[in-house]
Amino acid sequence: MSSTRHLRGTHEAARGAAAPGAPLRIVAVLLAVLALAACEREARRFEPPVGKAITPPPIRMSAIQPAAIDTTTTIAPHYEVNAYALSEGKRLFSWYNCNGCHANGGGDKGPALMDDTWIYGSEPSNIYATIVEGRPNGMPSFGGHIPDNELWELVAYVRSMSGLVPKSAAPSRNDDIQAKKSENRLLPEPPQSSGVPPASERSQ
Amino acid sequence: MNRAHRAACCAVGALAPAAAAAAGMHDALQPAGPQAGHVHALWLLLLGVCTLVYILVVGALLIGVARARRGDERAPADVASLAQDEPRLRQSVGAAIGISIALLAVLFGATVVTDRALARLPLDGALHIKLTGHQWWWEASYDDPMVSNIFSTANELHIPVGRPVLLTLEASDVIHSVWFPDLAGKKDLIPGRTATLALRADQPGLYRGQCAEFCGYQHAKMVLYVVAEPAAQYEQWAAHSRASAPPPANDETRRGQQVFMQSTCAMCHAISGTIANGQQAPDLTHVASRQTIGAGTLPNTPSALAAWIIDPQLAKPGANMPPNGLPPADLQALVAYLRTLQ
Repeated sequence: MSSTRHLRGTHEAARGAAAPGAPLRIVAVLLAVLALAACEREARRFEPPVGKAITPPPIRMSAIQPAAIDTTTTIAPHYEVNAYALSEGKRLFSWYNCNGCHANGGGDKGPALMDDTWIYGSEPSNIYATIVEGRPNGMPSFGGHIPDNELWELVAYVRSMSGLVPKSAAPSRNDDIQAKKSENRLLPEPPQSSGVPPASERSQ
Repeated sequence: MNRAHRAACCAVGALAPAAAAAAGMHDALQPAGPQAGHVHALWLLLLGVCTLVYILVVGALLIGVARARRGDERAPADVASLAQDEPRLRQSVGAAIGISIALLAVLFGATVVTDRALARLPLDGALHIKLTGHQWWWEASYDDPMVSNIFSTANELHIPVGRPVLLTLEASDVIHSVWFPDLAGKKDLIPGRTATLALRADQPGLYRGQCAEFCGYQHAKMVLYVVAEPAAQYEQWAAHSRASAPPPANDETRRGQQVFMQSTCAMCHAISGTIANGQQAPDLTHVASRQTIGAGTLPNTPSALAAWIIDPQLAKPGANMPPNGLPPADLQALVAYLRTLQ
């Protein structure tokens, strides 16, 4: 728990450090960031922002790119600050039966998603790849069956379950049975021994 | 089976001119069943009483204005009523209060009588349908003592004329309300609760129902048509609806079925007789037999269907169906396949 807080602290500090100069300027930048975040939070896009077809963008495992930054892999942040995208992700998580194996994120046949352990990485591109390509020992590959924008909504929601998206946008209330705390109150927790397969049984 | 169904379709087509006035519109003032009839009678009584009261009040006001004593600015104020009793005024105010109470009692009594009449629709041999409200479409499950006879459809009910129907109402997400103005009053569908609505159609026709409780972006495009048809035709339709979808017969429709199963469609939709078994979206086993797509959003024509598949957000922004950028050949094959699901 305390390490989590520490992590968050450094994250916010890093954001603040992006605006060097007088404290006033930092405050101004922070206010602008807050204001922009607030706009993003409520925006509802019924048109997917990139293309309408299923066009899997290249999965990048490194943020460094030659020449210009290709935006198709940097769209995840837009989803993660948007409350509508996150709540749509939450809906799709049960519609596409992710619950069937991951059981509300607590883990069942599939690994838990609400802890801070990631077998295949916690970056949006990692999770995108996991959903699209599938993983050994049971994770189906959903590529071609789920449109891009819905994939990114799911990615954002999966990350919200372990507190990796801004609290201000994460779903704040479960519509029906309260199986767990709402996502904006969840912090990544160390995995519990029950329900998680031992490391030897997990494919790496 | 197919021929029988085509016959049923023709019969509904023959009904169409008679129902033309009702087809696009709903009209609470032309009740087509006993439930709506009771509500209509109560409405007429309320209208009559309120009109009478309005005429009496406005008449009394005009008489009062016409008969009021006139004076000029030099005349002293008329304060005679402070000193002496006014028995006539007391009588008329008393009479007005008495009439008001009597009329309110009549309205109250009529409301109670109507309410009881609505609850007394005989339900012997009723058709049981479970109606579930979703954002933003209707799911109907026709109940039957034989489990294998239960079937699902969406956004369009068929009911036999003259036979009572008991709708069991549920909601999957938010509060909806179902209203068939020609057939019955409104009833809310509340998540986690079960309500019932009894109705009967005494005249064949096509009746429009509508969600009557604001339920989000596409509340207005949440339409539920009711086709009331003679019992024999209804039985034909029900028998046909229980059957699985026919397997695709030619190369194009086979390709269409492949597209359906391999893309996003099968994630949410079901077609009985195939591996598609999604329960999140309307059952498409007999989608081509329905009058509209998107819960009354578009007419059910091949071009509208293609446009709907490519981008439902154009016709119904906010709907839960995502845009599908299929290549033209795949889209054509998919539409051809869906058109075979009569």
